[in-house]
Amino acid sequence: MKTFNELKKNLKKKTEGLPIIRIAILGDSATQFFSIALRGQAYESGYNVEIFEADYSQIDLQIFDFNSDLYKFNPKYVIIHHSTNKLLLHYNKLESTHKVKLCNDRLGLIKNLFYNLTENLETKVLYFNYNEIDDNIFGNYANKVEHSFLFQLRKLNYELMQFSHIHSNFHLIDLSSIQNSIGKNAFFQSSLYTNAEITISLEALPHVLFKTVKLIEALESKSKKCLILDLDNTIWGGIIGDDGLDNIQIGNLGIGKAFTEFQYWVKKLQQRGVIIAVCSKNSEAIAKEPFEKHPEMILKLDDISVFIANWENKVDNIKRIQSILNIGFDSMVFLDDNPFERNIVKANLPDITVPELPVDPSLYLEYLYQLNLFETSNYSEADQNRTIQYQVEAQRSIEQALFTDLNDFLKGLNMVSEVSSFNQFTIPRVAQLSQRSNQFNLRTKRYSESEIESILANDNFHTFTFTLKDKYGDNGLVSVVILEERNHNELFIDSWFMSCRILKRGMEEFVFNQLLEYASNLGYDRLVGEYLPTAKNTLVKDLLSNLGFSEVKNSWVLNLKEVQELKECFIQKFKE
Amino acid sequence: MTREEMLLKITDVFIDVLDDEEIVLTESTSADDIDDWDSLTHIQLVVGVEKTFKIRFTSTEIQQWKNVGEMMNCIEKK
Repeated sequence: MKTFNELKKNLKKKTEGLPIIRIAILGDSATQFFSIALRGQAYESGYNVEIFEADYSQIDLQIFDFNSDLYKFNPKYVIIHHSTNKLLLHYNKLESTHKVKLCNDRLGLIKNLFYNLTENLETKVLYFNYNEIDDNIFGNYANKVEHSFLFQLRKLNYELMQFSHIHSNFHLIDLSSIQNSIGKNAFFQSSLYTNAEITISLEALPHVLFKTVKLIEALESKSKKCLILDLDNTIWGGIIGDDGLDNIQIGNLGIGKAFTEFQYWVKKLQQRGVIIAVCSKNSEAIAKEPFEKHPEMILKLDDISVFIANWENKVDNIKRIQSILNIGFDSMVFLDDNPFERNIVKANLPDITVPELPVDPSLYLEYLYQLNLFETSNYSEADQNRTIQYQVEAQRSIEQALFTDLNDFLKGLNMVSEVSSFNQFTIPRVAQLSQRSNQFNLRTKRYSESEIESILANDNFHTFTFTLKDKYGDNGLVSVVILEERNHNELFIDSWFMSCRILKRGMEEFVFNQLLEYASNLGYDRLVGEYLPTAKNTLVKDLLSNLGFSEVKNSWVLNLKEVQELKECFIQKFKE
Repeated sequence: MTREEMLLKITDVFIDVLDDEEIVLTESTSADDIDDWDSLTHIQLVVGVEKTFKIRFTSTEIQQWKNVGEMMNCIEKK
């Protein structure tokens, strides 16, 4: 981790060409160092942040006055820091009978701030939770006394999680866990607080900013989707090919405990929807043996989406994994105990994240916790099924190779798609797909859940979701189209994105057919589309022209008054 | 540690924090002599010196020094 001074030096570097993010910082104690460190840390992640920093202790004034500089600045993110020190001061002044209401009063204020902000600005609120201060008026007994400061503070942190759980635009920066991790003496320096109202020490700031920028990265949808694991000495101790099934360290043998806990961590990620892949230098049968036969293995073959074990080099193997999964290298993490393998992967695939695992395996977990690699800004139930979907995809790829006629293969899949407009159940998945789809995405517009909700409420928009099921399994919701009525004659394709898992199945044609029928039935004259190029979406550069749209002044037009034939495809529309 | 050695170490802290290789400190150097030495960088300098000498200043000490020499007197007492 960079020191504060190193982060500060980033401010002198050139930020031309970096994407700009507008962030407002509001605090009830000194925020200048936080701003400096934020700019420095954002630079590390390739962002140029423009900062609005309110004058000292102006949180309420800026937010409750809709003509304030804050609203003029129009930030994409608002960071609010209510310090625990100030909360304690406030608590100290309360009548004893009011002390028990500290949590509820503060929570009321926070909600009020949040609702005012988000009603008047398209913004996300990042709120610091409260690092603990124990005034030790009661000692341990504080846990029993509802009006003790510690009781109220912990209750507040809990209530904040509840609030964040139900509001997709309210995110917590976990200050409390940072203080737990580095220790209160490192986190807080009394002399700086007394002299300059600084509540987070210069030593702690890089930790805080690291976490803050990770969160912003996730909200900007730069999150990690896949974890690639080496096997020997990474997920178990010893070498399976040499030591044999009975002698690898996992569970009770040797330092097996360290590996068992590591595997539980991977399992939790898998359950959260992170794709797990294996890339090992081994014979496949031997590499799979522990997964199949070792009673103390936590990870099973079912948890692994892509399993590659051979003697080829890891760079080529990781490229294979990437092509099967169809996701960017920058969304992958590779864990390997062997520095040689790590270096060769880093040198050839610079976008992939390759953590420098400590030599002692019992340090793996603490090290990985601290890296916070899998920060995310959304999570839906569909994530849990992802592993199965990718396994099925791997199976399908193999069968596809056996068919000489692609159409015969597609017919044999018995594909069915359900077409609906957005509803409360699909909103999280729609938002998630918009954040994650980089390749098949015509205009790469990102939507939060609340933005999707406002589209749903607006009659000018016509929305579509498409699922895809075939004989191998259910892919879930895989494509989204949002049409906007520009005038009575014309529908504009505001967004069209699709999961790359289901490419080459005729889904594009199916979606097109549905749009064509829909627009014609409602009597529109034209469908108009637009391709906005990014570094990743060249895949759909020619999509509209291939579907028969003609280019007119940077946009693509399909005249519905001319006879338009439906495209051939082998997907049936689901009918109840 | 002699006062000369101490001054050299402090100079290193100033160079790092202010990101200026050309800083030359004497015991009589004060905030008036160095452009970027404002109240904000003062905090950074204090933290930097504390780290270098593995000491902690008290809240009162931080406010009192009129120049580098007085800061050094304070370090010597630790």
